[in-house]
Amino acid sequence: MDMEFSPEDLAFQQEVRQFIAENYPPELRERQDEGEEMSKEDFLSWHRILHKKGWVAPAWPVEYGGTGWTPTQRFIWSEETARADCIRLMPFGLAMVGPVIYTFGTPEQKAHFLPRILSGEDWWCQGYSEPGSGSDLASLRTTAVRDGDDYIVNGQKTWTTLAQHADWGFFLVRTDKDAKQQEGISFLLIDMKSPGITVRPIITLGGEHEVNEVWLEDVRVPQSQRVYEENKGWTCAKFLLAHERTGIAGVAASKRAIEKVKDIARTEVDGDKPLLANAFFKRKIAELEIDLTALEFTELRSLAGPNANRGPGPESSLLKIKGSEIQQRLTELALEAVGHYGAPYFRGFGEGDNQHPIGPDYAHRAAPTYFNTRKTTIYGGSNEIQRNIIAKMVLGL
Amino acid sequence: MDFTYTETQDMIRDTLSRFLADTYDFETRQKFTASDAGRDPGIWQALAQELGMLGAAFTEEQGGLGGGALENAIVMEELGKVLGIEPYLPTVVIGGGALKAVGGAQADAMIPEIIAGNAIIAFAYAEPQGRYDLANLRTTAKKDGAGYVLNGHKGVVYAAPWATHLLVTARTGGGQRERDGVSLFLIDANLPGVVRRDYPTVDGSRASEIYFENVAVPGDALLGGEGTGLALIEQIVDEATIATCAEATGVMQKLHEGTLEYTQQRKQFGVPIAKFQVLQHRMVDMFMEVEQARSMTIMGVLKLGLPANERMAAVSAAKAKVSRGANFVGQNAVQTHGGIGITQELAIGHYFKRATMIEGQFGSHDYHLERYERLTLGE
Ligand SMILES: Cc1cc2nc3c(=O)[nH]c(=O)nc-3n(C[C@H](O)[C@H](O)[C@H](O)COP(=O)(O)OP(=O)(O)OC[C@H]3O[C@@H](n4cnc5c(N)ncnc54)[C@H](O)[C@@H]3O)c2cc1C
Repeated sequence: MDMEFSPEDLAFQQEVRQFIAENYPPELRERQDEGEEMSKEDFLSWHRILHKKGWVAPAWPVEYGGTGWTPTQRFIWSEETARADCIRLMPFGLAMVGPVIYTFGTPEQKAHFLPRILSGEDWWCQGYSEPGSGSDLASLRTTAVRDGDDYIVNGQKTWTTLAQHADWGFFLVRTDKDAKQQEGISFLLIDMKSPGITVRPIITLGGEHEVNEVWLEDVRVPQSQRVYEENKGWTCAKFLLAHERTGIAGVAASKRAIEKVKDIARTEVDGDKPLLANAFFKRKIAELEIDLTALEFTELRSLAGPNANRGPGPESSLLKIKGSEIQQRLTELALEAVGHYGAPYFRGFGEGDNQHPIGPDYAHRAAPTYFNTRKTTIYGGSNEIQRNIIAKMVLGL
Repeated sequence: MDFTYTETQDMIRDTLSRFLADTYDFETRQKFTASDAGRDPGIWQALAQELGMLGAAFTEEQGGLGGGALENAIVMEELGKVLGIEPYLPTVVIGGGALKAVGGAQADAMIPEIIAGNAIIAFAYAEPQGRYDLANLRTTAKKDGAGYVLNGHKGVVYAAPWATHLLVTARTGGGQRERDGVSLFLIDANLPGVVRRDYPTVDGSRASEIYFENVAVPGDALLGGEGTGLALIEQIVDEATIATCAEATGVMQKLHEGTLEYTQQRKQFGVPIAKFQVLQHRMVDMFMEVEQARSMTIMGVLKLGLPANERMAAVSAAKAKVSRGANFVGQNAVQTHGGIGITQELAIGHYFKRATMIEGQFGSHDYHLERYERLTLGE
């Protein structure tokens, strides 16, 4: 056992650094630094650059377009992209439906959809949750009824992240009302431009338009767009949920976020010293770093330990719980650090006036980010549900 | 010993709560906070004229109902329950508090204006470099003939866009963080040289950056002694801090009640989610925080009259506890609601935002814990 990078790993690290330095779009960097809300184009610009390089889907098997990197290389990749503040890639295609399609899809589905996910041509959204089915996902009521070669889909989905941009959605629908809950569900790929689909915004606490309601009224979906067998969609869903949870640990991003909070606390003054010298504040940073280290080594053990090839199991719930709590504490500390300047609400009012600034730039999004990040313990299976999973699946209670 | 309220105090609470139930439902509040003015001035007028509420904390000779800090707490708690953005805190608690403390001609002239609803005061005390330290001031007031000339920048002055008057802390002497040399001024908000940048706040109110650019103020704008104002400022900020704890109690109570109600009605896995023991315990913990916030507010109110060090220790104990409680109750109210908790659609998210801002108002948990330690355990 060791944690050293080999000479090849170090060379790879250099290559990654250089690639980012030379290829990351400067306009995008500028918009990020100014705390602008990221547009579809912003997300896609970096996606396309990585696709051209062949690096957009490191986790995929090589035959479908993955990079064939070792776990160490993938670790380096996530560290370096976080360190350089690269915009995150949308997970819905790359991390969610892509793996479902290459694991369960037909040859035609693979041939059609996978390249379009890699290129960024299709933006995907996830249509699982419904108003009445959140934690209890298997109770979902959106129905798909056979009609010739098609299904006719009716129902309502909600919390659908960035569906306003989506070309395609992957949906869980009920195809057998009489079967036991989990057994009557199918996994459908639906063209979001299909007649009968309506997308309505839900505005979240920081003022963002990030989630939506999606209404489906007599939406016609060819059966060829069902992944895996009819009534076996829960298998795909469970597979995908476990995948979703590992990504959620977000270790590299949290490391970067700690550095940013420290920068703020070095700039903010507390009496005649920087805030970072305040014993209370410093201690909270230290505790966070220690917790993040514990999370990191827990994740590394599962990525590079004896069970590494088994795929994500119920222990990924641990990564989700601890990772999301750390993300929340980070935003809480940032808000605390900016003091009074957490209060101004910047959304939708005039351009800056340099003569009369409203607090430091780094304060502008502190409160909205804190509010918004409350989501991390709710989505992807709430932390209460994750604890239930650990109790049942890991502890056998 | 007696922890009951007088009939007048009960009457104040009931009258106000009935009035707010009619005028301040969530939808209406969302509408006027989003309007250009950011408020409905008629509500303030009604509080003054119809309810006589702005006089609750003034003596009968001053034209009020004869109350004090406890009446302020009652009003603030009721405002907290409806996420009230009415400038009661800066106008009555802080401005009125300062005037009551100094008395004399200034008080005689201003207090009737406050009670009548004609004057709105904003408290311009915080500076970008100062965090929660009241003495950390770069704003200066230079003697100029009979008056003073103000220069400096005050940050995040709540209610300033609506204010007729500003209560300003400034240095008439001393170094940036010294206790000596701090003075308090009550000035007309529209004097030449007062430059304001107004903006909405994340909790639905309005605030401003205020720049004083050679503002000439008359000599009688000075409240209290020149250069010896810090003790007075500390006293009124302590009163304001306890009033804010009272507001927090109202906000937290609503967060808790809203959560109880929602979890009994929301079903998952075939049962109301309130049946899950882990959520029950969470809601019990929230309940205990609300109860303790109320207790600490009353403790603080009762100790506001003690000598400065004891008063400050009590206020810091209250605020440290309430800041933590507001954090816990707000976060868990959202968590227990699931996705709907992080939207603008339900009131719960807005209560969470206000609870969050209260955490830091007049000093964070850490700030007050530190002050408490210093006062009770020594340096
Ligand atoms: C920002 C955001 C983005 C999202 N994006 C998507 C998306 O793109 N696609 C999609 O399909 N969904 C998405 N979701 C939905 C998300 O998966 C659900 O919010 C989540 O599953 C919780 O469901 P709910 O919101 O209905 O809460 P509920 O299930 O109603 O839960 C409410 C509370 O009860 C608790 N609870 C529920 N059951 C139990 C139990 N058995 N034991 C103990 N406690 C319990 C929960 O933990 C929670 O605290 C998103 C959500 C958010 C907030």
